[in-house]
Parts: sequence; C-alpha cells; structure tokens
Amino acid sequence: MKPELQKQTKQWVRAAGVAAIWAALISAPFWMPLFGGYTALGTRVLVLGLAAMSVNFLLGFTGVLSFGHAAWFGLGAYGAGFVLKWAVLSTPVAVIAGTLLGGIAGALLGALLVRRRGVYFAMVTIAFGQVFYYIAFQWSSVTGGDDGLRGFERQPLDFGAFSLDLLHNDVYFFYFALFCFAVAVTLMALILRSPFGRTMIAIRENERRARFLGIPIEFHIWAAFSLSCFFMALAGALYALLNNFADPRVFHYSLSGDFVIMAVMGGMRTFWGPLLGAIVFVVLQDYISSVTVNWMSFIGILIVLIVLFFPRGILGLIEQRRAA
Amino acid sequence: MSTLEVKNVTKRFGSLVAVRDVSMTVAKGELRAVIGPNGAGKTTFFNLVSGFFAPTAGSILFEGRDVAAFTPQERVGLGMARTFQITEIFPELTVFENVRIATEVAAGYRLRPWLSRADTAEVRHRVEETLALAALSSKANRLVGELAHGDQRAAEIAMALALKPRLLLLDEPTAGMGDQETYEITQLVRRLHKDGNLTIVLIEHDMRVVFHLADRITVLDQGSFLAEGTPQEIATNEAVQTAYLGKAA
Repeated sequence: MKPELQKQTKQWVRAAGVAAIWAALISAPFWMPLFGGYTALGTRVLVLGLAAMSVNFLLGFTGVLSFGHAAWFGLGAYGAGFVLKWAVLSTPVAVIAGTLLGGIAGALLGALLVRRRGVYFAMVTIAFGQVFYYIAFQWSSVTGGDDGLRGFERQPLDFGAFSLDLLHNDVYFFYFALFCFAVAVTLMALILRSPFGRTMIAIRENERRARFLGIPIEFHIWAAFSLSCFFMALAGALYALLNNFADPRVFHYSLSGDFVIMAVMGGMRTFWGPLLGAIVFVVLQDYISSVTVNWMSFIGILIVLIVLFFPRGILGLIEQRRAA
Repeated sequence: MSTLEVKNVTKRFGSLVAVRDVSMTVAKGELRAVIGPNGAGKTTFFNLVSGFFAPTAGSILFEGRDVAAFTPQERVGLGMARTFQITEIFPELTVFENVRIATEVAAGYRLRPWLSRADTAEVRHRVEETLALAALSSKANRLVGELAHGDQRAAEIAMALALKPRLLLLDEPTAGMGDQETYEITQLVRRLHKDGNLTIVLIEHDMRVVFHLADRITVLDQGSFLAEGTPQEIATNEAVQTAYLGKAA
C-alpha cells in the first residue's frame, strides 16, 4: 500500500475505534444487564476510568509518575460532599466545586513538586496524599473521620420544564457521569493534540532535548500536573455522588496505586488504555470479590502477566498487532 | 559585533578545573572548530556556551549580551541552538513530529491549546522546508528511533535549525559515523554555513572534517587555551603538534 493510503486507512480504523467506544459507552445501560452487569457498576467504571486516564495524562504523555493522585480525587470527593451537605443543594455546583477544590490544591502543591524527578517525585506525591488522608481521618468534626462524610445525596438535575431524579434513577446518573466524562476526555484529547500537548510528549521522550529546544520543563510539567489534578478531582466529585458518601480511603495511596495499575494494565502509552484497564479492574473486583475477599491477588496475577508479556498493556498490544 | 565572545571563562568542579581562563571570539558567519585531545575540556566548554551549566568565572557574550547566567531556554530564545554528542531526539515520534515540536516552540506556540488552520499550515510548511534543508524529506514519516545513526544526527540538526538560530553549536556531529555518513553530515554542515551563512561552532574529533569545514580553529589542551588560527596555521603550529597531533603521530 502507498504510505498516504496506509495513513488514511489507519486514520479510518482509529476513528471507527473511537466511535465504537462512544457507542458502547452510550448504550451501556441497555447491554450491560445482558451480561449480568448493573448500571451503578457502569458508572463506577466511568468514574474510575476517568481517574485512571487523568493519571495517565501525566504518566503516559508527560512521563511523570504520580503515586499520590488519590489526594486530588479525595479532595474532589470531599469538596462535592461539603457543598451538598452544608452549602448548596445542587449536583452541578457540587461537581464544579469539588473539581475546583482538588484542581486548585493540586496546582498549588504541584508547584512544590516539579523540581523532583522519578522516584523522588513519586515519593513526595505519596506523602502529600497521605497528609490529606490523615487530615480526613483525624478531623472528625468536619470530615466525619473514620466513619466518612455522610448526610448528603445527589440532587435532581433541574431543567426548569422538567427535572431528572439522579438519586433514585441510576440510568440518569450514569448519563450525567457520562456527560462529565465526555467533557473531560474531549478536553484531554484536544490538549494532547495541541502544541502544548506535544511539548508534554517531548518531555516524556527526552527531557534534555526538550530543554534545549527552549521549553521551560518545570513549568510545562507543572501545567500538565495541574490539568491532570482538575480531571482527577472531577472524577473524585463524581465518585462521592455515586456513593452519596466519602471516606478517608479516597485519599489513600493504595487507591493512587490502583489508578496507576489501571493505566499500566490498559496501556499507558495509549489514550483509551486506562479506561480499558479500569473496566478490567472494576469488573474483576465486582465478580471476584463476591466469591473471595482475596480478589486483589487475582488482579495481582493479572498485572504480573501483563507487565511480563505485554509491557505496553492490553490496548498497547492491540495497537502493536495492528501496526505490524 | 561578533556573534559569540567568550571572555576568560573558568569552570571548576570541586577541586578539578575543567576549563581554565579560556577566551574565544567568533565572527558573524564564521565556522569555528574547537579541537583538543581527550580531556581537553571541549565538552565542558561547549556546555558553558550552550547553558548546560554556568561558568565559575568569566563572561559569555552572544551578540554583545552577557548570557553567562542565562538558562538554556533563554539562550534558545535569543538565537542559540545546540546538538549533543550522544544524539538527543524524541525516538518514538516521527521525523516530522520531532521537527514540528521545535518549529512550534520557535514560533512561540508552546502553550497554545489550539492552532488555527492557517497557523497549522504555516508550521507544516516550515517543517517541510527544514526537512528539505537537512535532506530528510523522504523520511518525514519514519520514527526517528528507527533511522540509521547518520539520519538521526541529521534529524537532531534539523530540530536545531527549526529554532531559527543565529548561532548553531554542534557537539561532535560525526561521532560514531561511517565514512559515507560522515561525508553526508559534513556536506550538510557546509551547506548551512556557505548557503545559509549560519555562524557555527563545532567540536569534532575527525580532523578531515575539521580541516575541510573550519574557517578558524581553537585548540584546547588540559582545560586551557593552546592556540587559535586558520587550519593552515594550526596544522603547522608546533605547540599544537606536540600537544595533540604529535601525540597521535
């Protein structure tokens, strides 16, 4: 095949793949029950998938590993909860407030982080996450401590002429989450295709070269980090709404680790891989945990197999096959 | 005004003096080679000029402005670009994408969240121009990491060129190359210098390349300035022969 034609074919296959993903997501409430799924499980996949994609925005496309991204996820969750509990009875306001709280905190603390690299960066991110974990754990009067933040619930989405009951209708809430997911993911894709996104990839590929092309590395890593914090906090806000509850574990580094696992499992050099990783993770967790409490060991075996045999992750493997 | 004026720079690493009181003036449009035996301090000297680290003492004037304390990014902004002894590229991107990143940064688009159609077309045009200059047009869509060593070097030079520099710093452009590749890179550098009238400073081990390309040569030895002159002068300089060519013979 001529290179031009080959390129066009590739673009078509890619476009068809993306269309299939959206079609599957939009129709999920209708086909999931056929496979024994339920709508809230689909929403969980969306929310954790968005979180994994946010981690991967940084890990897969800037080459920076954060092991403490649950911090911003947790702030998003508590931020949304606080708003519903004490301030405004509005789901969109709660989501926006949670996103801003986690995102802005991430951007501020991120400024302290960007001079660290590699393991040191990862360690400091863990430390930040754990600080928030212990605050949420200890400050019972505000956060509910170990019992978690209770006493708030999703509010109906009011459109004037009609309103959607997000609380009692799981399908409505699924579509609300899908809408937020779509906005975030579209933004991510646009950023990655922009000149700024290309500087992120340049930093991942070769930091020294990027620096000597005149890219201020620290500033660009900070910007990418901050953006990923906003996406992460959005996922966290949706997570609190999904459960009508938030507890300190949303800050814990083990959850940060789960997000990294989803990204690596699905394919961290691919855009959609982390969503695939989240699907595998959440579905396995759901099915296996009903059989045994040791569900994590099955995930563990799967990760070992994937890392050993398909280091580019599930989607990375598929893309490689197609390119060959 | 000379393009580059290095005045009495010294670089210490602890008790080691890697570069001691070296000066060098490069005129606009000149091609200057910096040579010296292993350990002469060439690479350190180069890193001082390009901003990899700051000198312990001395000043570095680019077009009359002291850039000794400037970051690499600021120097690139003023019009200095460099390549590395060990090729530094974006291996998992195509040749086109490599050069596009450099082109967009040079155009001031690095923080743009989007580009208009006109800007995109303009960037594409400039990338294609640069690729043609480096004789890489036919390999535009190949991954740089998969190219032959010589083409990777050419791609790195193309990235530096995309920055539209007024001073190009080449760190051993023919390192590790076979004869054919060396010839091609030499021709490329010659074209940039003669046709593009670009001011170039290069470090090089291959004396054929140095004597073929350079207008003037600066010789360093053990971190200090040893001699400077035209290729003929350097070839017949006794101190240089003793320190360097003599040793090789």
